[in-house]
Amino acid sequence: MQPFTVHTGRAVALLRDNVDTDQIIPKQFLKRIERTGFGDFLFHDWRRRPDGSADPDFELNRPGAAGASILLAGANFGCGSSREHAPWALVEFGFRAIIAPSFADIFFANCCQNGLLPVKLRAADVAELARRAEKPAWRLTIDLVTQRVLDRTGFERDFPLDHYRREMLLAGLDEIGVTLQEELRIAAYERRTASLRWGRAG
Amino acid sequence: MAPRTLFAKVWDAHVVREARGAPALLYVDLHLVHEVTSPQAFEGLRLAGRRLRRPDLTFATVDHNVPTGDRSLPIADPVAARQVEALRANARGYGVELHDLDSLDQGIVHVIGPEQGLTQPGMLIVCGDSHTSTHGAFGALAFGIGTSEVEHVLATQCLVQSRPHTMEVRFHGMPGAGVSAKDLILAVIGRIGTGGAAGHVIEYTGAAIRALSIEGRMTVCNMSIEAGARAGMVAPDETTFAYLRGRPRAPHSAEWDRAVGRWRALASDAGAQYDHVVELDAATVAPQVTWGTNPGMVGEITGRVPDPAVLPQEDRAAATRALQYMGLEPNTPLEGIPMDRVFIGSCTNARLEDLRSAAAVVRGRTVARTVRAMVVPGSQRVRAAAEAEGLDRVFQAAGFEWRNSGCSMCLGMNDDVLGPGERCAATSNRNFEGRQGRGGRTHLMSPAMAAAAAVTGHLVDVRTLGAD
Repeated sequence: MQPFTVHTGRAVALLRDNVDTDQIIPKQFLKRIERTGFGDFLFHDWRRRPDGSADPDFELNRPGAAGASILLAGANFGCGSSREHAPWALVEFGFRAIIAPSFADIFFANCCQNGLLPVKLRAADVAELARRAEKPAWRLTIDLVTQRVLDRTGFERDFPLDHYRREMLLAGLDEIGVTLQEELRIAAYERRTASLRWGRAG
Repeated sequence: MAPRTLFAKVWDAHVVREARGAPALLYVDLHLVHEVTSPQAFEGLRLAGRRLRRPDLTFATVDHNVPTGDRSLPIADPVAARQVEALRANARGYGVELHDLDSLDQGIVHVIGPEQGLTQPGMLIVCGDSHTSTHGAFGALAFGIGTSEVEHVLATQCLVQSRPHTMEVRFHGMPGAGVSAKDLILAVIGRIGTGGAAGHVIEYTGAAIRALSIEGRMTVCNMSIEAGARAGMVAPDETTFAYLRGRPRAPHSAEWDRAVGRWRALASDAGAQYDHVVELDAATVAPQVTWGTNPGMVGEITGRVPDPAVLPQEDRAAATRALQYMGLEPNTPLEGIPMDRVFIGSCTNARLEDLRSAAAVVRGRTVARTVRAMVVPGSQRVRAAAEAEGLDRVFQAAGFEWRNSGCSMCLGMNDDVLGPGERCAATSNRNFEGRQGRGGRTHLMSPAMAAAAAVTGHLVDVRTLGAD
């Protein structure tokens, strides 16, 4: 996993609440068996008109949005389907972090698994950042080491992230490798509970 | 020991390692796998040279992208076929039992687990699918995970999880005639909103829940995710045990008696505390139907499409956008909105009872000429059982299509999709924009309500229609 320490970049705002993962990556693009190849289809039905042309009204298609690496989003972002294709598509499109008042639980976990930092800030702060993001030269910094979001004109907020997730993201750790080091405990648990465990009968 | 909730008992029993301030390492009893969210996980396992730790606790089926038409034909979509073939190869290579397209045990993953008795009280169950919450109906802790976590479970049989909060959703009173499990859960989501239970595991309690069959409880727990919950649970009772007894993968003989003894002890202790409590009066719940583009945008069939102008400020923009997408005017009575399609299916409402309840409305009637209607049973066993009691003939005589099982038009990954602007009465779980096909307009409701919409051609209060 790509580590996340400090990132500075442009932000684009998509301030709608309850954006579900069906919008982030529609189902017709879930048939691939690889982890790549999803970026072109990010927000497909919103980005593209039925004839395939770009919809100029959609937030990510506006002139200032090109090259943005931070997504400013509404509450309960990523709700619905557990598809990890959603963070895969966001990362491949170029996003390194999402700032929103709240995230759906599965989506939040999926982001952390892919080095895509989910940052929780109050709705008023996200709205303020969206205003600042309208200036083309504006850049936002997200510092996971100090757990702060800041710009050069005085915006500075702390954000929460549990210690475990933070360490994983900072180091880009392979969570499976870490868990496999618990082999003795896992095996002991299996022995302790073996008599309770339903087995493959017949 | 302090009184504990059902959730706490199941959680505590699965802790492999838990340190203060850190997420727990939990052991997984049952890992369900399907074709869409697993190929990258198996690939990751292969690339890292890791083994599948417990193939005997891993079960696979194909459901999301499979055609529901003629099963003797090859899958026409080459990309979908490649995904199904990948699961076959992975199941073979790693020794995982696969319920393939030609099996009588094939079906939607959340329908076949319970059907075979794989799903049992007190278990920790995961699957790369958000509707894994369905299995909570048995008093299991069951939740959806992403593909990276699927890979983690394949490799370690464990999962790293932060302990969620608890929420009790307590129903007072009993629902009236024509009001089903689907109406109860839609009413809950309408009350607390689509993110209202985020970070929580819900336990559903009260007489109305006790009176539900296991199938009804599955419908309720299934849609917990639509309220943002991590999982939904119902304490196991005689209804649960009666359902499980004799199922192929359930314990048998002396093992059964011991298991039931353990299961009885799972119910929340008197005085156990929940972080939040939500109370609803089941007696006042009317049949529900969604009008918008998330399951929280829902109302009683006797009501009207809301006027965004009179909604709370924070809901106006979303409601305006939803009505525009749905092609609905504010204050339109919900009853009478014409339907183009009817879909009876999905892990929410495609079990035998659901088909019976829809068939009771359809019997002796015909599908309106303006409507194309289909029934997609939740599993091939549900299909066979329905055929054994003649439900297929009731549906087909009325003009419904009678399909093979799969997720089908719930998410439209196969050929079963809505066209742009088509309006559908659906028994599934999500009315998101484009969910059933780009530009498609989904109204969620119970099987009886969907059947009523099919025969009248529009949204209608099933209580005024009557069933035979």
